[in-house]
Amino acid sequence: MSEFLQFTFIGLQRGAVYASLAIALVIIFRTTGLLNFAQGEMAMFSTYFVSVAYDAGLPLPAAVVVGVAGGFLLGAAAQVLLVRPVSNRSMGNPLPIVIVTIGLFLGLNGLAPRMPWGETTRPFPVPFGTGSIELLGATLSHRTIGTLLVLASEVAVLWLLFQKTRLGLALRGVASNAESSSLVGIPVNRMLTVGWGLAAAFGTVAGVLSVEGGVDNTLMISPLVFAFAAATLGGFDSELGAVVGGLIVGVFSELVAHYVDLVGQDLKLLPAFVLILLVLLLRPQGLFGRAQVTRV
Amino acid sequence: MAGDSRSTGVYGALGSVWATLSTRAAIGPAWLRKAVGWALLAGFLYWIPTYYPESVVTALTKTVCLAIAALGLNLLTGYTGQISVGHGAFFGIGAYTLTILVTDHGWGYPAAMVVAAALSFVVGVIVGLPALRIKGLYLALVTLGLASLFPLAVKRFSDLTGGSQGKRLRPPLRPPEGSGLANDQFIYYVTIAVAVVCFVLVRNLVRSRVGRSLIAIRDNETAAATMGVNITRTKLAVFGVSAMLAGIGGALSVLDSRFVNAGSYQIDRSIEILVAVVIGGVASIAGPILGAVAVVFVPDRLPENLAVWKPVMFAALLIGLVFLAPGGIMGMFKRIGGEARVALARRAAADDGDTSA
Repeated sequence: MSEFLQFTFIGLQRGAVYASLAIALVIIFRTTGLLNFAQGEMAMFSTYFVSVAYDAGLPLPAAVVVGVAGGFLLGAAAQVLLVRPVSNRSMGNPLPIVIVTIGLFLGLNGLAPRMPWGETTRPFPVPFGTGSIELLGATLSHRTIGTLLVLASEVAVLWLLFQKTRLGLALRGVASNAESSSLVGIPVNRMLTVGWGLAAAFGTVAGVLSVEGGVDNTLMISPLVFAFAAATLGGFDSELGAVVGGLIVGVFSELVAHYVDLVGQDLKLLPAFVLILLVLLLRPQGLFGRAQVTRV
Repeated sequence: MAGDSRSTGVYGALGSVWATLSTRAAIGPAWLRKAVGWALLAGFLYWIPTYYPESVVTALTKTVCLAIAALGLNLLTGYTGQISVGHGAFFGIGAYTLTILVTDHGWGYPAAMVVAAALSFVVGVIVGLPALRIKGLYLALVTLGLASLFPLAVKRFSDLTGGSQGKRLRPPLRPPEGSGLANDQFIYYVTIAVAVVCFVLVRNLVRSRVGRSLIAIRDNETAAATMGVNITRTKLAVFGVSAMLAGIGGALSVLDSRFVNAGSYQIDRSIEILVAVVIGGVASIAGPILGAVAVVFVPDRLPENLAVWKPVMFAALLIGLVFLAPGGIMGMFKRIGGEARVALARRAAADDGDTSA
């Protein structure tokens, strides 16, 4: 039992990271209907920003703020410079934009080791230290607690932003119907830019939380797949779904990896992958998503 | 937008040059010119390995293998509007199946090749089934998962696959006695022969009833379904064939490299295939060849210090092409050809005007 609990704790911690990145994916999907394959690499890049700011002597929280701001700018710039011009001319065909996000994935991944911050792995502190407490016979690390608290505050920020501010209202308007929003005077293009910026800002948090020992350009490759699994499970149009989906994916893959020998620690991605296939097969809209209905 | 106006600068000028050349150089009937063209191409492909050193022949073989995989992805992307980021995994499945069957189970090459192709097809169908039933680009998502999973699975089952250490292909494929061919030459010819079969089959497929239903699905799914096209089954079959072609490409690629390891089939392999498709031009049969040349042949010849920039260059190329030439190289050719026809028609009209005046 305590072993089960132990791996559930670890799973929750991993799951909170996937949930943070899945929130970013969902923000983009809701506002633009797109899967952003570069979301993980954007997060990797802005985690480098955090690392550089931290090494320059800033305390970690301040460095994270710098990184989040940098992430926001990176996301907004990607939307303005690459995504917007392509979506303007591809007229509803999502394929060119997906190709652009894959290009961005490849480009950011290839660019990171060529940047002034260097080719080697940058050492980075484990968030929330290495301490732990005992709970019901299992070890609950400070890191797990801290990560879950960060996720909870992300959800709070998200809720306040979307439900309590004019900006959030405008973003929701654009997500639900861009044309009508533009008719009532919402600057749709600017909102889309803000959406990409916000997504990348949330991604930065996921990046910092997922660091195990150091920052390099492979940081977010496997979290991206887990986050896609989380968003698929929760439903691509639901932030709440992303959070619940992330936690479930994290715990499920951790438990399967521990109890099923065939999978083991090396193939932790397998349960997440199978989960994607099953959800698409059985309930494509996910747990919290709304089924899409097409009018003919 | 400048791209939409007709007879714009560069394309218009090139089209007019093409028109002039095609009228001046047109000797004999069209079928004869076509036959001579194909014969010249066949002769050229036959001649290359007799002239060039092994390194060039090997690079060409590699190019052709990638072109077959790109042909598969192009079939999928160009004709069903879906995208796969996992063709590198199918490439790997083909490569590993061939290596394991030949080395560990003593199979002959042809049989191992057939099983490699079949296995890629089956995995493609299994993975594609959930994603292709529903609208949207979920196949991209699923194949991203597959591409990330494949190298991990190779490492996990290292007893079978050799893991990160890799596995050697034994015995190597040798040229038949008395053919006088060197290994690399023989493998080049085998690869070219398989490639020709694949390309002809795909060309016939897209021009058949199946091909027309594919285009109907891409352009309007709902309308296609109304016309009686079974959308899921057709898409799934195409994805299966597409994965199979990638598997064949992968299996062929081991003939020459004679070595597989987990590192060679990471996600960058999948992206390489995608880059080849986008460079060559989506929805064209010749596109994948040109794309593969650009992806394999050109970077192999880059100076050492530029090699680390390869992913960044591919990325810039991918994004740049979406902006500047969405149809890739073949798209540019088609546009020049279109301009040439316009120029010819204009000249014909002008000639009519002269004679009637």
